[in-house]
Amino acid sequence: MNMDSDEEFNSNSNVDMSSDEGFLDQDMESDVSLGDDYELEASDDEEPDIGFDTQDKDVKPRKEAYQVDFQVLSPADIQASQDEQIDEVSAILGQPPQNSAILLRYARWNKERLIEAYMDKQDEVLEAAGLGSVATEQPPRFERVPNFMCDICCEEGDQLDTFAMKCGHRFCADCYTHYLVSKITDEGEAARIKCPGDGCNRIVDSKSLDFLVPPAVKGRYRELLTRTYVDDKENLRWCPAPNCEFAVDCPVKRKELFRIVPTVMCECKHTFCFGCSLADHLPAPCVLVKKWLKKCEDDSETANWISANTKECPRCHSTIEKNGGCNHMTCRKCRHEFCWMCMGVWAEHGTSWYNCNRFEERSGAEARDAQARSRQSLERYLHYYNRYANHEQSAKLDKDIYIKTERKMTQLQSASGMSWIEVQFLEQASQALQQCRQTLKWTYAFAYYLKRNNLTEIFEDNQKDLELSVENLSEMFEKPTDQLQGKKVEIMDRTSYCNKRRIILLNDTAENLKKGVWEFNVEMTG
Amino acid sequence: MSTGSRKRIVKELAECHADPPPGTKVQLIDESNVHTWEILMDGPENSVYAGGHFKLNLTLPKDYPFKPPTLNFATKIYHPNVSNDGKGSMCLGMLRSDEWKPPNRLLAVVNMARSLLLEPNPDDAVEPQLADQYKNDRAEFDKTARDWVRRYAAKK
Repeated sequence: MNMDSDEEFNSNSNVDMSSDEGFLDQDMESDVSLGDDYELEASDDEEPDIGFDTQDKDVKPRKEAYQVDFQVLSPADIQASQDEQIDEVSAILGQPPQNSAILLRYARWNKERLIEAYMDKQDEVLEAAGLGSVATEQPPRFERVPNFMCDICCEEGDQLDTFAMKCGHRFCADCYTHYLVSKITDEGEAARIKCPGDGCNRIVDSKSLDFLVPPAVKGRYRELLTRTYVDDKENLRWCPAPNCEFAVDCPVKRKELFRIVPTVMCECKHTFCFGCSLADHLPAPCVLVKKWLKKCEDDSETANWISANTKECPRCHSTIEKNGGCNHMTCRKCRHEFCWMCMGVWAEHGTSWYNCNRFEERSGAEARDAQARSRQSLERYLHYYNRYANHEQSAKLDKDIYIKTERKMTQLQSASGMSWIEVQFLEQASQALQQCRQTLKWTYAFAYYLKRNNLTEIFEDNQKDLELSVENLSEMFEKPTDQLQGKKVEIMDRTSYCNKRRIILLNDTAENLKKGVWEFNVEMTG
Repeated sequence: MSTGSRKRIVKELAECHADPPPGTKVQLIDESNVHTWEILMDGPENSVYAGGHFKLNLTLPKDYPFKPPTLNFATKIYHPNVSNDGKGSMCLGMLRSDEWKPPNRLLAVVNMARSLLLEPNPDDAVEPQLADQYKNDRAEFDKTARDWVRRYAAKK
């Protein structure tokens, strides 16, 4: 990564962001570049101020090092940004909007590449996009054709309403409509529905589609088109919360995920990682989160038991469980004889049968070392895992706390005569607790992959401070409701201290991640 | 079932009766149900399946011809494009829902099945091991295929 892109993520101003975005494009992007399609850039022709005014409301005055720029888009915003790009491409290519839409979807919304390819070899692009050759513009309509027979239902007659696109594959209106409805509602297709004609690759344009299908199906069609649009754009991602229909626009690229943890918050308040859609996993980068979750899944109870209760034959490494008896072991598999206590060769034991008191023999020491290393690595893992799981469990309990908090707030309101706004400190405290526990949980996964050095020690100090402040705040929630009012200042202090500790920890991690100075004990590859 | 689709199916059945591929016979299992067809197909002379008599089931979905038909070998066959799981299903070319177009004809489906007996398509196989053997050890593939014909498809 070069420094220019660093600048981009530190920059608060939109002017910087958009110009850097363009720069980034030339500099770093190649085949998958979608950079210039970035939402803010679509309004090139407008007065720049308009765009920035609306944007300013969303941007906090000061951005922390761990935060990224992003924008939440409503379904209407998404539609508008598609329309804008379609209009722009129409103006450049001189194609009607419905054709430009098909071309853009074909090019996966990569405007530059589309225009370049179109200028280069127009006919090939049109053919590949399913538009065949360019013909004169004519609104879609039904026609009646003498001696017509529909190839689908085999109905015939001069009075049959029929339909065909420019490719000329003509079917009766009922069959054409039925075909489209079944593609959209049964198969969830939208952007790539082909003409029903045998072997014809022409894509059904949205005007023809609007003309043929009933309104309810049109709605579904738009929805599916929007879905492919968001899926195709690298800078857009759906909010993964159930039933949420917002998307998030964020300029962080896939290959930057090793250095940035792009955490965004949707309109619906769900906080998630723009890189992988999982719930907020700050401070750990996506690649470590993936490794960690995989490891937790793999290290099943069985594997743990085997590690803790068995040893390996020093010669053939078969796993052996000793269920009683003497220490003179003979491996069932390779017939190797060894001592269970010291893992040394039995022959070296001489006459000390049943009682291994030897300690420093080499063969035994080596075998014990290997074993110890494997046990130690398990213990190390369990150390981090237990703490991770503990915070995860606590995070789940946070939901209960939150509900209890609400109840306490109501009680407090009626008992003390305080107004609703005055008891908000409890909700804020509860939210801080949830957020900090979420962060703490992932600090343990992160720490598991850290090499031991000074930075790691600073990190662990920050982790310890946050953990302490969280426990101190958590303890306040155990107090009886009638004491809460008197503790208001204290709770508010502890809440803001928690939040501060969290920000300090996250900024420290994010800055070092950006600089690439963390040393990990695993490869940082996908 | 819409009257439109019945009209088409009856027409297609007539087409298959009038001009079936060589060694092939198409019939309804139950005269009252036009959605379930039975195809009796002789292994083509110049193929490893020569001498075999294969029974196939052709099932038309309720939404035919907007959805593709399904084709199954009821007779066990050693073939890379036919699943060896007791179902004998096939899933390639126009039988796939993303490739099927409503004007496609069942006669073409029957013809495709026959041409796959003449020449399997190892690049779109349901049985990867068989496809691999077909490509790399043709002698062994042919031997087993002939053996299966004798064991499972010899009698009418």
